[in-house]
Amino acid sequence: MTKISISVNGESKSAEVEDRTLLSHFLRENLGLTGTHIGCDTSQCGACLVHVDGLAVKSCTMFAVEADGTDVRTIEGMANADGSLSKIQAAFQEHHGLQCGFCTPGMVMSAAALLKENPDPSEEDIREYLEGNICRCTGYHNIVKAIQAAAAA
Amino acid sequence: MYSFDIERPTTLEDAVEALKDEEAQALAGGQTLIPTLKQRLAAPERLISLTSIPELKGVSAKDGWITIGAATTHAEVAKSVSAYPALAALAGQIGDPAVRNRGTIGGTLANNDPAACYSAAALASGAVIQTNTREIAAADYFLGMFETALEEGEIIIQVRFPIPEVASYQKFAQPASRFALVGVFVAKFADGVRVAVTGAAEEGVFRWSEAEAALDSSLAPESIDALEADDDGLIADIHGTAAYRAHLIKVLARRAISAMS
Ligand SMILES: Cc1cc2nc3c(=O)[nH]c(=O)nc-3n(C[C@H](O)[C@H](O)[C@H](O)COP(=O)(O)OP(=O)(O)OC[C@H]3O[C@@H](n4cnc5c(N)ncnc54)[C@H](O)[C@@H]3O)c2cc1C
Ligand code: FES
Ligand code: FES
Repeated sequence: MTKISISVNGESKSAEVEDRTLLSHFLRENLGLTGTHIGCDTSQCGACLVHVDGLAVKSCTMFAVEADGTDVRTIEGMANADGSLSKIQAAFQEHHGLQCGFCTPGMVMSAAALLKENPDPSEEDIREYLEGNICRCTGYHNIVKAIQAAAAA
Repeated sequence: MYSFDIERPTTLEDAVEALKDEEAQALAGGQTLIPTLKQRLAAPERLISLTSIPELKGVSAKDGWITIGAATTHAEVAKSVSAYPALAALAGQIGDPAVRNRGTIGGTLANNDPAACYSAAALASGAVIQTNTREIAAADYFLGMFETALEEGEIIIQVRFPIPEVASYQKFAQPASRFALVGVFVAKFADGVRVAVTGAAEEGVFRWSEAEAALDSSLAPESIDALEADDDGLIADIHGTAAYRAHLIKVLARRAISAMS
C-alpha cells in the first residue's frame, strides 16, 4: 500500500492504495468519478482517457501511484465554472457527436488535448489525433464535426 | 494482476541497485508492461519505475549525433529531435497520442517487439545502445523476437543515433493495433545506405542487404526494381501472408527512397 496525493479537477485527494491500482480504478472506485469509462482495459479504446499534468493519457495503462503529485483532469472537470457545458461538450451535443455516450468522455478529453496543442486542426488532423479513441456508434463523422465547430467557436 | 510493490527511485544508482534483485523489473511507460501484467504473463514482486530519474530523460544533439535518454517519451522525441527529422516523424507515428505521452524509447528497445518502429531506426542508423554497464551496437543488440542482448538487471540509459545525410521511415500500419504490419527505414550516410525492415520477420528487425547494395550505386527508387524481398522467415498471420509482407517491403522501401530524393 502506498499513500498518494493527486490534484483531481483542482481538488486535492489523498488515499492509501494498493500499488497495482490503475489510475482508472482509483478515479472510479476510490473517488467515485465514474465519468472516466473503462471500455477495453487493454489500452486500445481511449474511453478511459484523462489528462495528467496536461497530457492525454489512457488511465487504464498507468498506475495510480505514478500519478502521485500530479494534476489530473477528468470529464467531471470539463464543464465551465458555472456548471454550463464547455464549448467542446456543447459542440458534441449540438452536432450529435454522441449516441450511446460510452466513448464520449474519452473523446472530449482527447479533443481538449488536441485543441490545446493545435487550436485550428484540419479534418485530417482531428481524425489522426483520435486514432486511439474508438466509437462503436457514430461512425466518427459527427465527432469530427463537433470538434471542428468547437475549434471555430 | 498479481500484487507487487512499485518503487520510484530518483537517481540512476538507486534504480540499478534495486534492479539487482531478481524479483524486480523495470517499469518505463508501462504501455507494454501493464497489459502484460494484466494478463498475468509477468509476476514481478517489485516494479522499479524509471520515469522519475532526470538523467534518463531528454534529448541532445552534438557532433552529428542525437542522444536520447531511455525514459524519453515518443511525444518528446517527436517534438524535440529536430536534427533528425525522419526519427522525429517515426516517433510521431507510434500508436496514438496517449500512447506517445507515456511510451518510451528505452521500453520499446528493451521489449523488442518484432513490429516496433524504433528498432528499424536503430538498425538503419547504426545506433548505439548505452546501458549501465556497456555500449551495444544496434547490429549486436536485436537477437530475435522479444530477445535482446540485455542481461538480467541491465538497463538502457540512453540511445545515440548518428545523424544521416537523409533518411525516411515508411510504415504500413496494421489497422487494429497501429503497429507496423511492415515498416522500412532507409538511411543514407557518407559510407553507404542502410535499409532496415520491421514488422515483417519472425526474428524481428533485419537489414535488406541486396537493396542496400543496389542503393549504394544509385539512391533512386528504380534501383531496387529488379529486386524481390525474400519471403523466407517472414510472418504469415491473419493480417497478411509472407508473400504479401515481402511485397510491402519493396513498396515501402521505394516510397522511402522517393521521399528522400
Ligand atoms: C495501442 C498501442 C499502440 C502501439 N503502437 C506502436 C507502434 O505503432 N509502434 C511501436 O513501435 N510501438 C507501439 N506501441 C508500443 C509502445 O511504443 C510502447 O511504448 C513500448 O512498447 C514500450 O515502452 P514503454 O516505455 O511503455 O515500456 P514498458 O511497458 O514500461 O516496458 C517494456 C519492457 O521494457 C523493460 N524496460 C523499460 N525500460 C527499460 C530500460 N530503460 N532498460 C531496460 N529495460 C527496460 C520493462 O521491464 C519491460 O520488460 C503501441 C502500444 C500501444 C498500447
Ligand atoms: S479502457 Fe483504457 S484504453 Fe480502453
Ligand atoms: S457514442 Fe457509443 S461508442 Fe461512441
